[in-house]
Amino acid sequence: MTCQFCKQKDATVHLTQIVENEVKKVDLCEACAKEKGVNDPAGFSLADLLLGLGASQQIEEASEAKGGGLRCATCGYTQADFKKSGRLGCSDCYDVFADGLDPLLKPMHKGIRHKGKVPGPLRRETDLNQQLLSLEKDLQGAIAREDFERAAQLRDQLKVVRSAAKP
Amino acid sequence: MNILEFLISPAEASQRTGPNDRIVFSSRVRLARNLKSHPFPGHAKKADRIKAYEILFPAIRSLPQMGPEPFAESLEKLTALDKQILVERHLVSREHAAKGAGSGLILNREETLSVMINEEDHLRMQSLRPGLQLRQAWLSIDAVDSDLETRLDISFSDKYGYLTACPTNLGTGIRVSAMLHLPGLVLGEQINQIIQAVNKLGLAVRGLYGEGTEALGNIFQVSNQMTLGESENEILERINKVLLQLVEHEENARQTLLEKKPKVLFNHIGRAYGVLANAHTVSSKETMNLLSLLRLGVDIGMFAQTPKALVDELFLISQPAHLQLNHPDREKLAAEDRDIFRADLLRARMKSVPTPHEPATPSSEPSV
Repeated sequence: MTCQFCKQKDATVHLTQIVENEVKKVDLCEACAKEKGVNDPAGFSLADLLLGLGASQQIEEASEAKGGGLRCATCGYTQADFKKSGRLGCSDCYDVFADGLDPLLKPMHKGIRHKGKVPGPLRRETDLNQQLLSLEKDLQGAIAREDFERAAQLRDQLKVVRSAAKP
Repeated sequence: MNILEFLISPAEASQRTGPNDRIVFSSRVRLARNLKSHPFPGHAKKADRIKAYEILFPAIRSLPQMGPEPFAESLEKLTALDKQILVERHLVSREHAAKGAGSGLILNREETLSVMINEEDHLRMQSLRPGLQLRQAWLSIDAVDSDLETRLDISFSDKYGYLTACPTNLGTGIRVSAMLHLPGLVLGEQINQIIQAVNKLGLAVRGLYGEGTEALGNIFQVSNQMTLGESENEILERINKVLLQLVEHEENARQTLLEKKPKVLFNHIGRAYGVLANAHTVSSKETMNLLSLLRLGVDIGMFAQTPKALVDELFLISQPAHLQLNHPDREKLAAEDRDIFRADLLRARMKSVPTPHEPATPSSEPSV
């Protein structure tokens, strides 16, 4: 069995931990085990178990690039908390810890951009913005063509959409 | 309101039917949602958790989809037995059952919609359907979600979609799963191969109660793992396709056993009947495995007059909390006494099941 982390040396350290009723197993070589602090099970990062090996390192590197010690202003969550639990503190944390996220998400998901449902109020906003954009484009085209009758129609439509777009 | 009075009885619950329910027990779609800028439950202090709870609880209770009289309660009002019963019915997660003040449950009359407040996320909303009905389950929870987001400020990012406490649920926040009974694949020793193949498609295969649980009674739960970068419909289609294939593989495996190793199969089922009808002490684990064989026997026509619903009811009432509920004292039984009581109950109920006989024309069984 090779080490799950460096994938080179033989795994000699086998760690089994129960994380929220789920059995997590990690097999490491001695060097990697030491580096990851496995000798001290309490110090072993949950992020690695939950999010995959190397996760805690990525979180750390991203934070250091920003000068270290990132902290969410909304909920007080720190980069160390993230590393320890593998979870975030609140929705605003996703902005605070944004830099380390993409490499973390890549192996976990199909992509790193959301596809699918968008909340209703936002959906409406997006639709209206798109309508506005296309109407404005049409209006400019009509003016350039000196089709003033069409331009007047478009101007009226724009007025309606603009007032709807305002909350 | 008492949850034990609210819940549909095991006998009634087992009467529910759905497409492909010979093999697929149930379908479930769960959504994870959070309030904007409120700390996630795992990080929130008690006061923050209660603040979020007080926003969420009335909003969900008044949803038209939950019906006029949903069960709506804080978890601190439920006893340990109540919670365990809910876990055994798959209406709350084991994680949620461990929570108390500041966490809650809202459940509709039909038990098809269940919303957990302050689980790992502020909201874990699930829709349950008997048999293979993923689309119906999705449509019903989608309607709940769409209505709710007009009432609540739900956290959403253009890039990452719905924001969740754990990055593994990010994006759609959807978990689509089905509970399958696969004794044919287990007896035919094909199950490991199948699990590996399903894993390769990015789907997880787990035991009866989700993460980290054993596949007791040949019951497996299949669910998606990835939630970001794929739309709800793509996820649903993909998993539905795999489930239909699993159903086909299971039917084929049963057919092969009937043709090639009928004696082995009848022996397993006959012995299961013997133990269930005559044992004086039997563990929960053994019971699950025996009932799985009994259900297989019913499916292939070895028990002429026995409805599948009876076996499903026995599955439910031999679980520890349901057993305790049935006991005249309702006191927490020691494991030994529970095994004796379980055997007593099974012997009594098995009286209505005739001794098994070899199915007349095994090849006439429908294969999907």
